[in-house]
Amino acid sequence: MSEGNGQAKNGGGLHWVGTRSIRPDGVDKVTGRANFGADFFMPGMLTGRVLRSPHPHARIRSIDASKALALPGVKAVVTCDDMPDIPAEEAFVGEGPMNFRDLSRNCLARGKALYDGHAVAAVAATTAAIAEQALGLIEVDYEVLPHVIDVEAAMRPDAPVLHDDVFTQGVDPAPTRPSNVAKRVQTGHGDLDAGFAAADVVVERHFTTKPVHQGYIEPHACVASVSEDGQTTIWGSSQGHFMIRAYVAKLLAMDISEIRVIPAEIGGGFGGKTLVYLEPVAVLLSRKSGRPVKMVMSREEVFRATGPTSGTAIRVKIGAKKDGTITAAEAECKYQAGGFPGSQVHAAAMTGFACYSLANVRIIGWDVCVNRPRCAAYRAPGAPMAAFAIESTVDEVAEKIGIDPIDLRLKNAAKSNSQSSYGPQFREIGYIETLKAAKEHPHYKAPLGPNQGRGIASGFWFNIGGESSAAINVNEDGTAVVATGSPDIGGSRASMALMAAEVLGIDQARIRPIVADTASIGYTFLTGGSRVTFATGMAVVESAKQVVQQLRERAAKIWDIDVDAVEWKDGEARPAGSNAGRFEPLSLKDLAAMAGKTGGPIIGRSALNAQGAGPGFGTHICDVEIDRETGKVTIVRYTAVQDVGKAIHPSYVEGQIQGGVAQGIGWALNEEYIYGDDGRLQNPGFLDYRMPVASDLPMIDAVMVEVPNPAHPYGARGVGEVPIVPPMAAVANAIYRAGGVRMPDLPMSPPRLLAALDGD
Amino acid sequence: MTGLEYQAPASVDDAVGLLARFQGDARVLAGGTDLLVQLRSGRLKPGLVVDVKHIPEMREIKDAGDHFWVGGAVSCAELGEHEVIGAAWPGVVEASELIGSTQIQGRATPTGNLCNASPAADSVPAMIAAGARCVIAGPDGRRELPVEQVQKGPGKNALAKGELVVGFKIPKPAAHSGDAYLRLIPRTEMDIAVVGVGVALTVDAGGTVTAARVALGAVAPTALLVGDAAKAIIGSKLDDAALEKLDAAARAACKPIDDKRGTVAYRTKIAGVLARRAAKIAYDRARGR
Repeated sequence: MSEGNGQAKNGGGLHWVGTRSIRPDGVDKVTGRANFGADFFMPGMLTGRVLRSPHPHARIRSIDASKALALPGVKAVVTCDDMPDIPAEEAFVGEGPMNFRDLSRNCLARGKALYDGHAVAAVAATTAAIAEQALGLIEVDYEVLPHVIDVEAAMRPDAPVLHDDVFTQGVDPAPTRPSNVAKRVQTGHGDLDAGFAAADVVVERHFTTKPVHQGYIEPHACVASVSEDGQTTIWGSSQGHFMIRAYVAKLLAMDISEIRVIPAEIGGGFGGKTLVYLEPVAVLLSRKSGRPVKMVMSREEVFRATGPTSGTAIRVKIGAKKDGTITAAEAECKYQAGGFPGSQVHAAAMTGFACYSLANVRIIGWDVCVNRPRCAAYRAPGAPMAAFAIESTVDEVAEKIGIDPIDLRLKNAAKSNSQSSYGPQFREIGYIETLKAAKEHPHYKAPLGPNQGRGIASGFWFNIGGESSAAINVNEDGTAVVATGSPDIGGSRASMALMAAEVLGIDQARIRPIVADTASIGYTFLTGGSRVTFATGMAVVESAKQVVQQLRERAAKIWDIDVDAVEWKDGEARPAGSNAGRFEPLSLKDLAAMAGKTGGPIIGRSALNAQGAGPGFGTHICDVEIDRETGKVTIVRYTAVQDVGKAIHPSYVEGQIQGGVAQGIGWALNEEYIYGDDGRLQNPGFLDYRMPVASDLPMIDAVMVEVPNPAHPYGARGVGEVPIVPPMAAVANAIYRAGGVRMPDLPMSPPRLLAALDGD
Repeated sequence: MTGLEYQAPASVDDAVGLLARFQGDARVLAGGTDLLVQLRSGRLKPGLVVDVKHIPEMREIKDAGDHFWVGGAVSCAELGEHEVIGAAWPGVVEASELIGSTQIQGRATPTGNLCNASPAADSVPAMIAAGARCVIAGPDGRRELPVEQVQKGPGKNALAKGELVVGFKIPKPAAHSGDAYLRLIPRTEMDIAVVGVGVALTVDAGGTVTAARVALGAVAPTALLVGDAAKAIIGSKLDDAALEKLDAAARAACKPIDDKRGTVAYRTKIAGVLARRAAKIAYDRARGR
């Protein structure tokens, strides 16, 4: 519902921030006019297709593309031989670790195929049918190798080893033999033994979770066009067109100045579009063929070769006193990285116990290669699995002590200025506020029906800031364009317009927010880490302040008074102080019309590295009803309470919360990758990879608690990731209350729950 | 998909002629909700597609005296909107309206659902329970088969080259009859049955079941008509003992496989549960409740 079109409806001295304007990208999206990654066409464009390994683990002895190249209509074939063999280079980008050599080899396999679906070669042809036919003519000589899919199996000494140059980092002494265990990480402090010795109750449990896909509706897609002089343009959807530019430059050893990336609308990313898969390959094909090349993945390719997030095996042990004080907490998290090192287990180690203020705490994490697609970030990457295990255990501790699960959390909650479980001291945080709001919510006291149960769980995510650029161009008629470098995956353009309107004092409908390409705006880090409204929002506010400053200067010039004697209020310059009332106010529209005579166009620009992203906490209440004869779970009611700092656009904050919960419920109940004994993925489609459909979910009640983040001009915190952290444990804890069985393994699908209920 | 020929004949005879004369693989297109997916995925590469939606006889739903006629190109949504069929065979209609989404049901047909020969086809157990028969046209004229004899295994049906299903003859239900179809899917819609059960039964004035048909889907290579399950409830007032026998008979008939959609143990157990639940619904309907 829109309340904010033209009329301010917000209190607290704010006029636009906090209103529910219609999103500027909305009409084109609902009418189908919006251009997504697959919608771009160029004359002479070729279709690119990828040949993928049918084997989970195989040495590539040779690739013979001669028959494919001989097929009329085939214009180019590329393999890893067309890509520079770049050295290992580790970086922490986006929301996880990245090794550019691995990324290169993920785009086109070199030496070995490491999972079913691993790209081995690609072809560009005049039609899709010819390209498909050509794939069948490429002869790859594979030596099939033993494979390993399960994380714990991959850690065994006798497991097939994916990489002979991976030696476990973070262990002392350093291993002399390569293994699948890429890294050991550890966080925590205090004395665990003493903490457990002081406990009245100790609960230790083992959990497993399955890899799940981000499930964005839009498959990966791009068009690349390389000119004769090497100038390269890429059109496509991603969470960061500057990321695409940087990664293509890195992987293809190009200068960044040679590459321009033009963003399309994005049909969902959830972290999964923070990598490149097709773009470097499309550039190679275009370069080789001399024609623009379009590549669009099928859904099957998306499932076999992109995402997912890690499957895990997690052990949790928590000790507490009878009064509810947690005396010690530890966890060991084994995370699947996929075919290359780089799971988000470090985030798991940092976030797992972050809701709690603990004297004695430790999390050990293991990053483990398996013959599955390389993991990608997925909404609060790494955190939800650890939270499932830990919040399930916390629930059991509360039950054993006989204390309300919210009270147990209140007793141990992280608070402002307390030391976090992973080290740093928290600043202003609102976890306790979410617990209190949950406890006071009518949902928490509502009666339950037969076979129903209620579960509670909390969650944490850091949120990040980072580099953002923005520009505001005041148009001749007093309207304005707000340009940023942040792809809009969650309604951020609407928020940018609101924040600019607030500073400028004009109707948000007079502001056109756009996502500018890599040649038209300064560097902007990708859309991830729930950073855009916070960090890019700060750049927009700063740009708007510059515009206001210039407007005051123009008015001062016109009135021939000192600029300090001009104030900007309600969208107009007014003479202030001793000059008050001496001149008629000049509106932004007036000043824009006179800009040519007063110094030229009025433009505000800002580029910054935003610091102080406020961490986010959420507490969820879930009611389920179980069918004791079939094991089927129905989510009856769901309330998600979250500290959002300040909701710039409440509707899209609620949307983020609801979306995260929906994905979490899918993760909890039915989503899983099913591999056969042959190491091939058996459910690469939405029919058998069961994300929730609309009718599976109740209306999710999003309750926003606002504990402002002092680092942001309006108090915003990132909101997009926290809501996927609590749902799995909230559902599991609700199932326990309804059916009396603890469900330590995800997904809690009907066959699994029925087996548990029947004691099979 | 190179060299695909498309024909849209106006009569059954023309359709049969096209199918019979074509050298190579020819496929009938009714709604196309299975066929087009199979074409696009490359699983099927037919040379000829015969669209039957322009054949008037195959587009009709009508009262044919002793039975209802449902043409082979009638969509699930059209069946769902037909008040007479809906009153006579609510289970058949409900099963047809579980297939895919609302949009899919606008094109998908029960006939296609049957001929595609998926063991999990939702409309098939309901049609079997209702005692429906197929009219099949071919180069040698027309023949009839009970629905339970059309599926021969996953993806295989009893049609010979040149044959197509013209439509269903669904009997008019006896007085005090009711039917129901239930399926288990992990979600609430847009899914494929892990188990499906259709039950049709007739009761006498005292509430005793005098006739029954029970059919199971997704628990064997084809949908099954389970005589023992019907026997378990005939003569009963559907008391707990009869339901228990029905449950056991349904489970005993199962010959499922373990696959990504369900295990042998789970499917077997659920077949019994759904048989009981479907029977209760059918019973209440037969009793006018």
